Amino acid sequence: MGTQPGQGALSAVSARPAAPREPDWPTRVYRFADKTLMIVELEIWKLRRDPTELVTRAVQPMLWLLLFGEVFSHIRAIPTGNLPYLDFMAPGILAQSVLFVAIFYGISAIWERDLGVIHKLLVTPTPRPALILGKALSAGVRGLSQAVIIYVLALVLGVRINWSPLAIGGVLVLVLIGAALFSTFSLIIATIVKTRERFMGIGQVLTMPLFFASNAIYPISIMPGWLQAISRVNPLSYEVDGMRALMLSGGTSAFGLSIDFAVLIVITGVLVALAGRLYPHLVT
Amino acid sequence: MSILETRDLTRSFGSVVAADRVNMTVEAGETFGLLGPNGAGKTTVIKMLTTLLPPTSGTASVAGFDVKSQADRVRRVIGYVPQLISVDGELTGFENLRVFARLYDVPRAEQRDRIEEALDLMGLVDVGSRLVRQYSGGMIRRLEIAEAMLHRPPLLFLDEPTVGLDPIARDTVWERIDQLRTDYGTTILLTTHYMDEAEQLCGRVAIMHVGRIATIGTPRELEASLNQPGATLDDVFEHYAGGQIETGGTYGDTARTRRTLRRLG
Repeated sequence: MGTQPGQGALSAVSARPAAPREPDWPTRVYRFADKTLMIVELEIWKLRRDPTELVTRAVQPMLWLLLFGEVFSHIRAIPTGNLPYLDFMAPGILAQSVLFVAIFYGISAIWERDLGVIHKLLVTPTPRPALILGKALSAGVRGLSQAVIIYVLALVLGVRINWSPLAIGGVLVLVLIGAALFSTFSLIIATIVKTRERFMGIGQVLTMPLFFASNAIYPISIMPGWLQAISRVNPLSYEVDGMRALMLSGGTSAFGLSIDFAVLIVITGVLVALAGRLYPHLVT
Repeated sequence: MSILETRDLTRSFGSVVAADRVNMTVEAGETFGLLGPNGAGKTTVIKMLTTLLPPTSGTASVAGFDVKSQADRVRRVIGYVPQLISVDGELTGFENLRVFARLYDVPRAEQRDRIEEALDLMGLVDVGSRLVRQYSGGMIRRLEIAEAMLHRPPLLFLDEPTVGLDPIARDTVWERIDQLRTDYGTTILLTTHYMDEAEQLCGRVAIMHVGRIATIGTPRELEASLNQPGATLDDVFEHYAGGQIETGGTYGDTARTRRTLRRLG
């Protein structure tokens, strides 16, 4: 190749037939959705092959409901209005178990980076947010299995569940969004710390405050003022609030259901966009 | 006709210049080798050419598209096999290919045929429904090449394609790469630090040293340029890249490479 200006362009034209045309936007939307779902499907194939994880994950919420729940409902230490304490707590434990599934999700990104999987994904013509959303919804799939387990447990323990299909559907949507939100948050941390050891440290540090500075196992109203403020900016509180309104017969929302959904969806959207920006830095 | 061209392609990490004003042109249909010791900057160059890493300065075009401003276009016309393992051990070979057929927008109706064709080309038809965890190192590499070929890219990047493989597995990988070139006329850019691999596969090679291209040409030309009778490509490599204390490869890199090698078994 010489330095004449026309020559590079000429070779470019002749090499171009291999490249497809720029797709129109319905095609792009379809492809975005198709690729997002591909990532989710992949996760489902794997879970179907090895469901051990789903079983072991069921243990923790079971212990919370059986031990903590039973004890605290007998001593009646926490004012929960017209709800029995176990009823009050069940949606909180659902939200908690979804949080625990999601908050360590970023470690898989670090694992994939240490292999070469992320390199390969990023070289495909897949929009970065589709990769992130796919991962986020995969965490949601695991969250859904937690929901099934907790509904069964709650039924056994005599929690008065709202069986209306619409309400159950609403809870499941909240599970999906909640898992997506916290797994994307976790992914963002992974893109920043980049190593397993640092990630595990930070994950541990975050989990407890997120859980205890929320309305999961006691109402915000009994907290000291500073903790109330934190609880109100904690997305987990909105997830729990929505679940409490939808999962229980006689459950009510403190913030309003539309606020709950709006807050969760907006935060998730922002986090997915941000993670889409940061994700490619995992390979640099 | 060139399919890839770089002009003063540079990437620095802090004060370290990993790739320093790299200029090279790859012609359509040829197999081009990027040679150099560990840390010479081969992988950095490949990452820039495959859109994984934005250049600090300089430009590179692939099939006429700029790697920085037209990254999505570039991604559609290249295939990439990273140095590290990029297939999922918990899935079967067939499932791995299915994932990438969809990520590469292979039309639904064609997906199955393409996957079967790719398995056939790489000699993996019999093991397509087995979990990749049970594959040998050579089979994993061939599956990765199959995955990178599903959308029939005119240009394929292979980063250290036979690192950690035993001689027999290497021969099979080489054979399949040959087959690929015959069947599809694919242009290949590969990195290696095995001179026999470069001799075997590459029409032209560039030798990289501390981020720069030290020399470029056909293996014969480079051997002749030394003015030593009976000089081999090893001597050329020694001449341009040898005698220098090894600079590259941090603790983390080494740990990662070893882990990959162990997995390739």
